[in-house]
Amino acid sequence: MAWVNQDKCAIVGVGATDYYVRGKSWPRTINDMAAEAIMNACADAGISHKQIDGFSYYSTAGAGYLDKFDTASLMETLGMPHISWSATLTSGGGGCPGAIGLATAGLMNEDCTYTVTLMALQQLPQHRLGVVFGAAAPNPENSFLQPSGLVGPGHLMSVLARRHMHLYGTTQDAFGEVVMATRANTHNRPKAVRKEPLTKDQYDASVMLADPLRRLDFCLETDGAVAVITTTMDRAKDCRHKPAVVHAAAHGGQREWGRAFAWMGMPDPHFASSGHKFTADRVWAQSGLSARDMDVALIYDHFSPMVLMQLEDYGFCEKGEGNDYVLSGKLRYDPATGKGVNGGTPVNTHGGNLNEAYIIGMTHIVEGVEQVRGTAINQVKDAEFALVSGGPASLPVSSLILRKD
Amino acid sequence: MTYGPARAIPGDQIRITTNPDTEPFWQAAKEGKLTACQCGGCGHFRMPPTAICPECGSRAKEWPTLPGTATVFSYAICNKNPRNGEDYVYVPVVVDLDGAPGTRLNANVSGCDAEDVHIGMQVTVDWTPIQDGWVLPNFRKA
Repeated sequence: MAWVNQDKCAIVGVGATDYYVRGKSWPRTINDMAAEAIMNACADAGISHKQIDGFSYYSTAGAGYLDKFDTASLMETLGMPHISWSATLTSGGGGCPGAIGLATAGLMNEDCTYTVTLMALQQLPQHRLGVVFGAAAPNPENSFLQPSGLVGPGHLMSVLARRHMHLYGTTQDAFGEVVMATRANTHNRPKAVRKEPLTKDQYDASVMLADPLRRLDFCLETDGAVAVITTTMDRAKDCRHKPAVVHAAAHGGQREWGRAFAWMGMPDPHFASSGHKFTADRVWAQSGLSARDMDVALIYDHFSPMVLMQLEDYGFCEKGEGNDYVLSGKLRYDPATGKGVNGGTPVNTHGGNLNEAYIIGMTHIVEGVEQVRGTAINQVKDAEFALVSGGPASLPVSSLILRKD
Repeated sequence: MTYGPARAIPGDQIRITTNPDTEPFWQAAKEGKLTACQCGGCGHFRMPPTAICPECGSRAKEWPTLPGTATVFSYAICNKNPRNGEDYVYVPVVVDLDGAPGTRLNANVSGCDAEDVHIGMQVTVDWTPIQDGWVLPNFRKA
């Protein structure tokens, strides 16, 4: 059954700071970067930032992994006169596109008129995401994980990747192709951190950090901020750009995935998956669409194998067939035709977390908006539907379909 | 790739904490007994231990002594000591515990070269003293 809020709200503004290599944004502060992203997003929408009256966060309103957003503090910084919606999805980056569903909830409940979803990230040495799990103080729950030395997200994800290789014959070549196919999309992006084309030899020479994963299978560590503005369709008509219509949005997941790699208790086939099957099924049910209807897929890529597993969970290929799907070139974007390759759907036309910048998923939403506006740097020809996914991690994870107006 | 012998992370750099739900597991470990949390109502096993049985809702818990054997479900090979970044080959494994269907532990495996670890490998519990007098269940190749 179609979602009751289908096509009733839209993303009307996107804004960002520069993207900095980890730690290089200092001496800017988190609120400075957040405010710049919000002001840029409002300028893009053609509204004043003082019209923002809602905040729809994810990642438990985290700004990176140790800092926190506070709505009152942002109001004080930006002079917003009043707010009537301040809410967050729980857990981490898995909720990123789901926050647009949260925004829709606030708008449809007439709590707010323009709501911002944002992330700002500053990975000073003590805030490095790569070591946050291992540096966390022991607690009764993580005492069943931390002593194993699975200290970084890459360690954790390598255990899932290994199981996928065991069950389905998936190869490291496929992980490499995920990285190379999306790297090919950054050469023309001024803000991208990694722009040089990547050869298979270079990938194979990348240092093994957590066998079977190499350094290049890990996403970038960057600083910066990204904000997007969501409003109702009637207000969206008065904004500067064509609305990126919120066609479907879902967050959540099922118990078998649960705390995911913070737990490792997932039974097969959930263990070697992205945990996205539940929200994937929800957005397909909300929209009546399926993977083959998507013109572009912005798939959260903190680690290359998790792209492959999401493609399976969203139904771009069957479960267990991700290896062959990826290796057949179907993630690639062909600039000559503006279409996919070999019948595939282009994935991460912006380069993703692996190559452009890592702002915990927000860059994927921005790319989705630009694709359905028709203004993307690597524009997919006649793009009507864009899928955006949030990071495979502890629940909730989330999914979003944006539609061209 | 060739890594050489898999070693457990030194126990003196490992610290845990407990709460009333998890402490019986760790107390049993101190006595050299591998246990898992079993529902006193329906017999369902769960790990890590939690307050309530997710199947039947009972708060009754039992702590049977398990055989101490397990099967490797998945693993990674790491080559830096997570504390100081020095070269150190260890293999975090996710194991299925014998005698407690559906439960797993995350641990290190030793007693073989890292590159010989494989999914399906049989292992037996190997106790590692850690900080504060606690003892951690790791595993050795059976």
